[in-house]
Amino acid sequence: MTLFYALIALGSLALVFGLILGYAAVKYRVESNPIVDQVDAILPQTQCGQCGYPGCRPYAEAIANGDEINKCPPGGEATVKKLADLMGVEPKPLAGGEQAEPVKTVAYIREDECIGCTKCIQACPVDAIVGATRQMHTVIDDECTGCDLCVEPCPVDCIDMLPVEQTKQTWKWQLDAIAVKQID
Amino acid sequence: MDSLLEQIERGTLWQFPGGVHPPQQKSLSNQQPIARLPLPDKLVLPLKQHIGANGQLLVDVGDKVQKGQALTKPSANWSLPVHAPTSGEIIDIKPMPSAHPSALPELSIVIAPDGNDTWCELSPISNLQELSHKTLIDILHNAGIAGMGGAGFPTYIKADSHQPIEFLVVNGVECEPYITADDLLMREHAQEIVQGIEVMQQLLKPQRVLIGIEDNKPQAIAAMEQACAHNSAILVRSIPTKYPSGGEKQLIRVLTSKEVPSAGIPADIGVLVQNVGTLFAISEAVYKGKPLIERVVTVTGNTINKPQNVWALIGTEIKHLLDCQGFTPVPEQRVVMGGPMMGFTLPTVRIPVVKTTNCILAPDNQELAEPGDEKACIRCSACADACPQTLLPQQLQWFAKSKDYDKLEAYNLFDCIECGACSYVCPSEIPLVQYYRVAKAEIREQKLDQIKAERAKERFEARKERLEREQQERQNKHKRSTSRAAKPDAEKAKVADALARVKQKQGDQSAVQAAIERAKAKKAADGSLEPDNSEVALERARRKEQARQYKEQKHSEDAASSESSNETSSKKDAVAAAIARAKAKKAAQQSEQQNEQPQQAQASESETKKSDDEPRKAAVAAAIARAKAKKAAQQAEQQGETQAEQAAESETNKTDDDPRKAAVAAAIARAKAKKAAQQAEQQGETRAEQTAEPETNKTDDDPRKAAVAAAIARAKAKKAAQQAEQQGETQAEQTAEPETNKTDDDPRKAAVAAAIARAKAKKAAQQAEQQSASQGEHGSDAEPQTPEQKRQAAIKAAVAKAKAKKQAKEQEGNDPS
Repeated sequence: MTLFYALIALGSLALVFGLILGYAAVKYRVESNPIVDQVDAILPQTQCGQCGYPGCRPYAEAIANGDEINKCPPGGEATVKKLADLMGVEPKPLAGGEQAEPVKTVAYIREDECIGCTKCIQACPVDAIVGATRQMHTVIDDECTGCDLCVEPCPVDCIDMLPVEQTKQTWKWQLDAIAVKQID
Repeated sequence: MDSLLEQIERGTLWQFPGGVHPPQQKSLSNQQPIARLPLPDKLVLPLKQHIGANGQLLVDVGDKVQKGQALTKPSANWSLPVHAPTSGEIIDIKPMPSAHPSALPELSIVIAPDGNDTWCELSPISNLQELSHKTLIDILHNAGIAGMGGAGFPTYIKADSHQPIEFLVVNGVECEPYITADDLLMREHAQEIVQGIEVMQQLLKPQRVLIGIEDNKPQAIAAMEQACAHNSAILVRSIPTKYPSGGEKQLIRVLTSKEVPSAGIPADIGVLVQNVGTLFAISEAVYKGKPLIERVVTVTGNTINKPQNVWALIGTEIKHLLDCQGFTPVPEQRVVMGGPMMGFTLPTVRIPVVKTTNCILAPDNQELAEPGDEKACIRCSACADACPQTLLPQQLQWFAKSKDYDKLEAYNLFDCIECGACSYVCPSEIPLVQYYRVAKAEIREQKLDQIKAERAKERFEARKERLEREQQERQNKHKRSTSRAAKPDAEKAKVADALARVKQKQGDQSAVQAAIERAKAKKAADGSLEPDNSEVALERARRKEQARQYKEQKHSEDAASSESSNETSSKKDAVAAAIARAKAKKAAQQSEQQNEQPQQAQASESETKKSDDEPRKAAVAAAIARAKAKKAAQQAEQQGETQAEQAAESETNKTDDDPRKAAVAAAIARAKAKKAAQQAEQQGETRAEQTAEPETNKTDDDPRKAAVAAAIARAKAKKAAQQAEQQGETQAEQTAEPETNKTDDDPRKAAVAAAIARAKAKKAAQQAEQQSASQGEHGSDAEPQTPEQKRQAAIKAAVAKAKAKKQAKEQEGNDPS
């Protein structure tokens, strides 16, 4: 009989606590940042599609589903490293033997050669090219991500990818220039 | 416990942690008074010499300017004007090496002095008390005064502080070794500096003004005390010599015991710091009306024969300063702008003095030796003891080397004032400050990238949304238009019916034809209801097959079709071009049916092709003209297959020219040209196989062209090329050729833009390529002319490139097929 009471008591306690915990789990759920968002935040958002996906977000989703992390040439090694940290996998060299430190570029339209076909405008993933049919187009270089997507569609090949010019604001002290030797 | 103010009044001083005592070396340059230099032969004035934006140019090359004349106008926030330091002529405005460790070029105005040194009109102020706050701020702004201690912060912004200022701290500390510019300025111009202080007092209304001067400048202290004796709110404080007590945060700590919060500014704790040089400039601007055009610069070092302070016009090249003071360079000579602790080695001496240049140091190799090799950190923590900001330089160093930027920020890297005390004390000669500078720049860059990525993402998503919306709209529109399309088609069928009846009267036609006509119209209506692409593709394939059979049939029926040619020529007499065309269309249909009465099924199939095209055309208003032209082409086509070939060709040319003349609108002309090309093409076709292929290409191309408006020009050129090629394959090669050239030239003339010509040439090349790939020997005769002509027309090199590219691609695309 005592055994019976004990079982009832424990069982009801378990039920009560279970309900409380279950309620708390629903009510006080901590909104964690989904992995896709975290991956997306690391990717450089050039929307260049060099990874094989139509934009950074789709690639982020693919990574979250187990795709390789080394398919982002614009991000370079730094991005691969960060992704490796986040996903808990080993960092890998970039696919396709890309250089580790990508050179930042912006598109430049040689304006006297532009025929105003609007093809580059349609190709630009971030709407950084302005122009209209039969009007000269130009690139808003502050908005250009250097994704190269506009170069291919141009029928007269008047788009160049120029390296971003260095200014005093973006200039960095060169450790090599002051004869610093790295010691191990 | 006394209040803070009482303590300060009593002369209490506080201490900042850390600090070092490097050798002073000040006696080198503080023995002589400030010298005046001869005018240099040119002055280089960077537009931006301070923190913030640069002003808008007011002058142009060749302008004559007066001393003190503003050369730029402040525009955006935080921008300051620059002024002509002497009278002369502006000989250039271009990017020149700037006073920055990188010497990256910056837009500068180059002035050739005329030697007269004539001032522009100045407007000095005598009644300071009556001036409003705003007027005073404007005076400081327009005089182009920026902080002259080193950072170059626009003074008018500081003076316009909206936070209450308790203490105005005057920085006469000058803690860096070698530099004596402020020392000499205080000795010689104490009066003016105090006047500048009084201007700031009026602007900011601080409780006390504290002048901090290191105790190694007794003459300056005495001069300042004497100059401000009349003003009890100004207190001169002699502070112990220790580097870097001249740092803003350190000086505030020493004089007021307050600490500037991390990432804050002194105004947050009610303190404002001004350099004595800045105050002198303020007094000059207010009381004499002179803008900031010169400053005191210490020229010193063991390689200088006459080390002393000089009044240097802003824009004077460093080389001029060195030359005037006698400069005997040693091997591997370095010239440093600023002091030995915080200055930077200049990449070239062709760099101008700017508003923040306080010292030019040309040391020999003994006094400022090149840093030795970096050795391993021995964790002696001397750097941590020396750090005036109580940071952990050693930890920062590890993180900087491993590029651990999050950790660097967690260890407050951005509180580092880059004073160099840690590097100075490091027994391992680790250039700690350099590591921090690189790391700071990296972090700043990363943050900028982050912001940019964020914006790119936003824009990308906005674009995606827009595209989806547009597609939605298109679909809706399409649905609406298909439901509407049924009605006009029915009407068209009626009209066609009526016309067919008229034709029946004219040329004795059988009743069967009218029925076929009606059936055709019906089919047209049906076709319009099926916008599905797969359907169209199927249709096309069937059509191709049909066309082949049809051609063979026609070949055998040459005699029969000769009738139709007579008929059409009679129709040419009709004056109105439009009517003529409409008639021609019908005539074509008639002849078709006459020829093919036994093969009704086949005929109806070929009509399906037409009806297929119709809905597409109906949608576009302009396309009606094209449809007409097409019919005319079909007519000519059938004629072309008769024995009367020559007659047909001359006619073709006429039909070709007529509408072109009549049609004013360029678009219509183009459409016609396109059709003319089709016509000529079909004339040339004696064998059915050849026809089928290019035709398919055409039908294929059509919708694509309609979609891209600009591509019409290119399409035209392409068609012309096609025409030329196919004509080349007929027996009537000689007739076809001149025609080709004509059609070819026309659009070129019409297209004024050279770019279009280029695009055309490109397409022609493509065409030729295609032709050669698909039709081997046949095309090879006609080919060389067309591309060659086009190539000649294409002048620019870019074209050649584009062409080559496309050709390669074309070949690639064609090879497997």
